[in-house]
Amino acid sequence: MNAVNAGGWKPTMGETGESAVPQTASGDYGLMLEEALIFELGAKDKCGVDFEAVDRAPASGLSKFLRKSAPDLPGLTEPEAVRHYTRLSRQNYAIDLGPFPLGSCTMKHNPRLNETVARLPGFADVHPMQPQTTVQGALEVIEQLADWLIALTGMASVAMSPKAGAHGELCGLLCIRAALDARGETRDVVLVPESAHGTNPATAAFAGFKVQSIPATPDGRVDVAALKEKLGPNVAGVMITNPNTCGLFESELKTIADAVHAAGGYVYCDGANFNAIVGKVRPGDLGVDAMHINLHKTFSTPHGGGGPGAGPVVLSAALAPFAPLPFVTRGADGGIHLVEEENRGEGHSQAFGRMVAFHGQMGMFTRALTYILSHGADGLRQVAEDAVLNANYVLRTCEDVLPAPFAKSGPCMHEALFSEAGLAEGFSTLDIAKGLIDEGFHPMTVYFPLVVKGAMLIEPTETESKAGLDRFIASLRSLAERAKAGDQSLHSAPHFAPRRRLDETQAARKPVLVWQG
Amino acid sequence: MTRYFTEDHEWIEVEGGLGTVGITDYAQGQLGDITFVDLPETGATVAKGDSVSVVDSVKAASDIYTPASGTITEVNEALADEPELVNTDAEVGGWLYRITLSDASELGSLMDEAAYKTYVESL
Amino acid sequence: MRYLPLTPADRAEMLGTIGAASVDDLFADVPEEARLSGPIEGLPMHASEMAVERHMTKLAAKNLSAGSAPFFLGAGAYRHHVPASVDHLIQRGEFLTAYTPYQPEIAQGTLQVLFEFQTQVARLLGTDIANASMYDGSTACWEAILMAARVTRKGKAVLSGGLHPHYGEVVRTMAKFTGDEIHSLATGLTAEPDDAAVIGAIDEATSCVVVQYPDVLGRIPDLAAIAEAAHAKGALLVAVVTEPVALGLIEAPGTLGADIVVGEGQSLGVGLQFGGPYLGLLGCREKFVRQMPGRLCGQTVDAEGKRGFVLTLSTREQHIRREKATSNICTNSGLCALAFSIHLTLLGGEGLAQLAGVNHARAQAMVERLTRIPGVELLNHAYFNEATLILPRDARDVVRELAEREILGGVSLSRLFPAAEGLDKALLVTATETTSLEDIEAFATELEALLVGVPA
Repeated sequence: MNAVNAGGWKPTMGETGESAVPQTASGDYGLMLEEALIFELGAKDKCGVDFEAVDRAPASGLSKFLRKSAPDLPGLTEPEAVRHYTRLSRQNYAIDLGPFPLGSCTMKHNPRLNETVARLPGFADVHPMQPQTTVQGALEVIEQLADWLIALTGMASVAMSPKAGAHGELCGLLCIRAALDARGETRDVVLVPESAHGTNPATAAFAGFKVQSIPATPDGRVDVAALKEKLGPNVAGVMITNPNTCGLFESELKTIADAVHAAGGYVYCDGANFNAIVGKVRPGDLGVDAMHINLHKTFSTPHGGGGPGAGPVVLSAALAPFAPLPFVTRGADGGIHLVEEENRGEGHSQAFGRMVAFHGQMGMFTRALTYILSHGADGLRQVAEDAVLNANYVLRTCEDVLPAPFAKSGPCMHEALFSEAGLAEGFSTLDIAKGLIDEGFHPMTVYFPLVVKGAMLIEPTETESKAGLDRFIASLRSLAERAKAGDQSLHSAPHFAPRRRLDETQAARKPVLVWQG
Repeated sequence: MTRYFTEDHEWIEVEGGLGTVGITDYAQGQLGDITFVDLPETGATVAKGDSVSVVDSVKAASDIYTPASGTITEVNEALADEPELVNTDAEVGGWLYRITLSDASELGSLMDEAAYKTYVESL
Repeated sequence: MRYLPLTPADRAEMLGTIGAASVDDLFADVPEEARLSGPIEGLPMHASEMAVERHMTKLAAKNLSAGSAPFFLGAGAYRHHVPASVDHLIQRGEFLTAYTPYQPEIAQGTLQVLFEFQTQVARLLGTDIANASMYDGSTACWEAILMAARVTRKGKAVLSGGLHPHYGEVVRTMAKFTGDEIHSLATGLTAEPDDAAVIGAIDEATSCVVVQYPDVLGRIPDLAAIAEAAHAKGALLVAVVTEPVALGLIEAPGTLGADIVVGEGQSLGVGLQFGGPYLGLLGCREKFVRQMPGRLCGQTVDAEGKRGFVLTLSTREQHIRREKATSNICTNSGLCALAFSIHLTLLGGEGLAQLAGVNHARAQAMVERLTRIPGVELLNHAYFNEATLILPRDARDVVRELAEREILGGVSLSRLFPAAEGLDKALLVTATETTSLEDIEAFATELEALLVGVPA
């Protein structure tokens, strides 16, 4: 059933016969628009900005530093620039266009009130080093968001400055390092489950730890016995994702945390998947010592084609004293103050240092706080419930055509995991993913987690309607059937995207990273 | 001239005290299109089992563990411009480095061609 | 709940399909004692768009925004006019709500922008290549030090005293944990930057010297001389640019011999935003490409031979190399890179030069006017749009008193360098194209009143 295309019209594919589409002189096809590079369109002496005239020579001290000619950068006038970027934008898929079911990425709707609020001059046009009396509202945003994050996670404190999830992971591990230093211990091993995000081992190594891998059980969870066996005087802590990257809740997390604590280590929780449990479970109740929160996942700040993110880290009482500078605190006078290098002596002498130049991702804080206030305690709980409901709906309506390796062990959380097992010889997850592009959807996360061969990880999020999910499910089922039947046309998908499959080998063998002219 | 193989799919061909090391045709097939080979420095002294080189494909980076201890005397400079040699000619022109062996007795623990063939079939 | 499309009927029907009696059944893996029975107590419930907007607007109104007062702050974050079209374009949903371009066939918009951005950044910094952005200037600075250590296989970095103190703090914090050796030079009130001290500190163990250009006091180091001295000892020069607009007027660091150039791109397109999100820039010599951190976009072709773009050389990155990655960075500053790129496209090379010229001219006017006040002296021999003044009184008090008079009058060096001695009377002041002559006059009048007691 497809009411939009009831007549069943099909576009003609070039390779399946005589093309019905004539070559156009422009290279464009109707609303399918090609766009050249600014280096081909612009000129160094073209400009989309008007300036006041300068009627004086540069100061004499500057003369020996002056450049001989203007930088070789192409310019465009405003109408040309607007057209260039608008045409480029149309070659992108986006959450505004349809579901973006990337597992572990939490691509939910980005409310536009957040954007409006972030642009209020009182937030957008404030300098990070203004006297604190002139930025009390900004500091209050940080304080209010911090209070929410602490309440939602049941933790003691939060470090707000990390710039993204991986940066937050680093912050958490450095707090652990600092806490161990304070105890006079030099534990150098961090245990990471093999299903973890790549950032976990990378961060542990970046923070100076050695990484040891923990296997998963056949039902997709951390092997608790194997983990306990590895605990010892060298183990600084564990990094556990909960819900994990197989979309399952680590039911034994409290047991794990108790064992790690008994062995003198700390528990880092990767909060990438917090959306599944926000308002339902507090990680602090499970013995977690540190967890980053991706504001661009759970709290809806836009992904922007790859950032900016924001990764505040909630901390247990054991780690709170080591949180990095700067942070906000409310003084006896009722005013909010920044604790920075100069006043760290006032009860914050154990802070491990500084991670960023200023105060973190303020522009993301205003958006996330706006989102949180919109939902409230009740709405956030509903977010988790609907996210989990949507994922289970996908799981149960597709598991007859795509194997779901861990579905037998019970419901999933916010994402459904399938494998490529059972597709026809020569067909793989990649074919399903590229086929989804032709169906008008963004593919799911593919080949992750590594513990499942040909993994397909689908996270619909709570902002998909049932009707939207039904359309996606129909497409996914159809693709699974085609891949099982050996439909060769899938190998060359996508056919209807702005580009066909791109040659990544050539890109990597002979890297062309800047325009060569 | 004798050729030995490791379970990590490196080969080493030994003549006199000099070994030439590469990855097997089976290994290149598993890796897919090779995009870059990070070669060791000549003059470096390495111990058997050390990760001395990395072979990159588009989506994977594989460590190469030296099958024997010794000193690196030469690397395959052609791979800088043509990493695809490892795909097209893994066991001859796609060699990675040459090494003077410091302990020829280490070779005893490696597989010969027949044993490696059986090993690959078991995978 | 306006952001949640499922209706109660949908939920009931879906639970039926799943075969669950209630949504709580789906949380069965969560131990009973860890499950919250209802909304967390003490927190407000959901609120209308109007109510939330009102609450946030009230908070915003408690801040004195830069545009509503004479404003002279810089120190690593600069107020520039961003053309209106920049913000409209970055709010197109196809840019705003796209993910990292892992599926290149349907992300050519973002990818082409990144390719254009990399080329613009490389040309601006004077480097062969540049990456697709980092978190901000300070984190890019630390990543450059790590990169220099990988390239040179040495582990000692020398930091100029002219480096932004927050950047220095970030570096020292991280190095404490990685074991890299950091030699930080002191910051002194001299007319010239500390080039000689930097050169004197380079030895055979040095992996890199880190020099800000212009430096945090607004002075301009001689990068060519420092590069030569560094290269003679097998060390790299890492140049740090916190005000990229300056590069419209003064020579690009890469052209002067810097091996790695990092920067804070906030000045173009991004806005002040109380310190973030900002935009880390990182460019370098082509031969270091495999040691670079962060994402890279490369040109290639599709199956029909059409030019297209992909993320490439990803085997350096955490999702493949895991604990052997060049960096743990994952998300970067994509949307800020887009804003930067659009702003730079609207300017073009000649436009950037003109913008830089206006900035410098405004700074000249500011310095001339302020140094007419008895007791106020200019420290710098050279400056671009930011300079250090020596006041007859504690600058920190002066900044505070100016703020009471609704003048945002610069940054005191003792706030930037709380541990350093002898900087109390130094005030860092900045002017850009947004600074009007009336602003300068208002600032001068109030400052004069504070310093010499002339009634305002």
